[in-house]
Amino acid sequence: MNPGVGEIEIGTPAASTAEVPAGEPLVEVRNLKKYFPVTEGILLQRTVADVKAVDDVSFEIRRGETLGLVGESGCGKTTTGRCILQLERPTSGQILYDGVDLSGLDQKALVPFRRRMQVVFQDPYSSLNPRMKIGQIIAEPMYVHGIEPNAAKRRERVAHLLSVCGLNPGFADRYPHEMSGGQRQRVGIARALAVDPEFIICDEAVSALDVSIQAQVINLLEDLREEFNLTYLFIAHDLSVVRHICHRVAVMYLGHLVEFAPTDELFDRPLHPYTRALLSAVPVPDPEVEQARKHQVVRGEVPSPINPPSGCVFHPRCPIAVDTCPLQVPALREVRPGHWVACTEVREGERPGQ
Amino acid sequence: MATTSEIRVEAAFEEFERPRWRVSGIWQFARRQPLGAAGGIIVIIMILAALFADVLAPYDPVANDFMAMSEAPSWTHPLGTDQFGRDLLSRIIYGARTALFVGFVAAFVGGTAGLILGVTSAYFGGLFDLVFQRVMDVFMAFPLVIMALAVVAILGKGTENVILAILIPFIPRCARVVRSSALSIREMPYVDAARALGYRHHRIILRHMIPNVTAPFLIMLTAFVGQAILLEASLSYLGLGVQEPTPAWGLMLQGGAEEYAESAPWMPIFPGIAISLAVFGFNLFGDAIRDTLDPRLRAR
Repeated sequence: MNPGVGEIEIGTPAASTAEVPAGEPLVEVRNLKKYFPVTEGILLQRTVADVKAVDDVSFEIRRGETLGLVGESGCGKTTTGRCILQLERPTSGQILYDGVDLSGLDQKALVPFRRRMQVVFQDPYSSLNPRMKIGQIIAEPMYVHGIEPNAAKRRERVAHLLSVCGLNPGFADRYPHEMSGGQRQRVGIARALAVDPEFIICDEAVSALDVSIQAQVINLLEDLREEFNLTYLFIAHDLSVVRHICHRVAVMYLGHLVEFAPTDELFDRPLHPYTRALLSAVPVPDPEVEQARKHQVVRGEVPSPINPPSGCVFHPRCPIAVDTCPLQVPALREVRPGHWVACTEVREGERPGQ
Repeated sequence: MATTSEIRVEAAFEEFERPRWRVSGIWQFARRQPLGAAGGIIVIIMILAALFADVLAPYDPVANDFMAMSEAPSWTHPLGTDQFGRDLLSRIIYGARTALFVGFVAAFVGGTAGLILGVTSAYFGGLFDLVFQRVMDVFMAFPLVIMALAVVAILGKGTENVILAILIPFIPRCARVVRSSALSIREMPYVDAARALGYRHHRIILRHMIPNVTAPFLIMLTAFVGQAILLEASLSYLGLGVQEPTPAWGLMLQGGAEEYAESAPWMPIFPGIAISLAVFGFNLFGDAIRDTLDPRLRAR
């Protein structure tokens, strides 16, 4: 067994995440591209280049599952989430939500979908309006969407949501600055739940919290999934957290999806050289094992997304690259059942580079 | 997780602490910003004079006393009288009413219009923002007084038109300052959250963005009141503002300065001092508020 991989203490798979729900897809991302133009000139702006934040990404999220989206900073995982929410309009590609292409809808037509999908942000300090009380923050979505037109019932529901999220209902009269980071993040979750969504994007939702609070919030998210039949897209860079909470994991590198597999499969048998390097970078809590194990270090730096390498974007840093890698973008192939890899050099059952 | 009793204890603590904090806050402001406190005192005196003019003024500001024309300051007329025998002290006290009314209304209406336009421009961004900013640039190209003169020339004289003339040039100035802070607010996750919740544009602008740009807005507002008072005096001096016999400092200055500067210097000097003190007071107060609210300056 490769000691660098799979021995992640906190990341022991939870019982509830052992099997992947086989349901129909709730969200389908098809050939999603998001380019941010780099412009020059003040009045007559010319586009001189594009930042290719997300470049041809496709995956689907099944009803009831938690899909992890991992990768290093700047790989486009957050942009993917924002495109699904239509906070950014995709450059091209489709976001199918329950069969409806969201990228073609205008703001008004999106409103019914806004009720069905919600988001929890990374930074609990800037994700709550500092001028509003907690109760107002949670009640506002119900008022806007007409979920609870009666003010007294709204207050009741705010109190209910606060207690569901592990907060004292008395917090409704507080301002965000009077609360701690963990408490604020729970408010963010309560706000997302206020519209009774079925799908929640957790954009690095626990990354800004300290470890003990992280564990509490993750447990809360898992409890909520069971209570409200939620589907999650869990965007993160902490692999141990992802292993604990996700059914399936998608790995992104420089705007591309490089590997997509059920969680245990991905952590036990990572196939793409980037995934292998990523998992190998997770430190092992035992210092002796940590010293003895072989680290797989990726050479060089992440290339600029303005001018990404040709073909497979990982080839300049790849330990197993061959001459054909710079020529063609590798498509995702199903190497094992449910295990997709965007690399021409890996085969089923093989451990490349060893 | 805090229990209910803990929260109650905290709440009780806050009730006890808060009033003390407020008083000491004012005291600290006065100690750190002595000039600002002085400005604040001038502003408060002006507001009191304007509110209680009927009680404070010893004479009717528009009553002529032909037995006491162009009298030098004395015990009966502490600041002297003008060429029509009107008591200068009374006219200056009533003039504060005119100055503050024009100043506050112009600053508040112009500032609020600029606030909404600036935040809206920042929120929508793109081409709308670009075009809007260029239009504002055109307005900004005119000096304040020239712009106000043009408006009065088009609309005619009278207090309402003076207010309009003063508030129009304020709009682009306020919009620009507010826009720059609104640009950073637009990128805040709570605005994204509001968008993800499907709120309408006006709700996001009014409820989520505008409340978070009030600090720079309030600072601009205090500065605007001072400038508006100065502009009103300038327009009145030029004969385009408030009309006789309404007591207004600019008018008094004009009436006194042209003929009586040498023979009866108290006629132009006292209204001049009133104008200077008012503008000085508002500027000092505004600067001090800005310094206090800006944490980067507070550290010094």
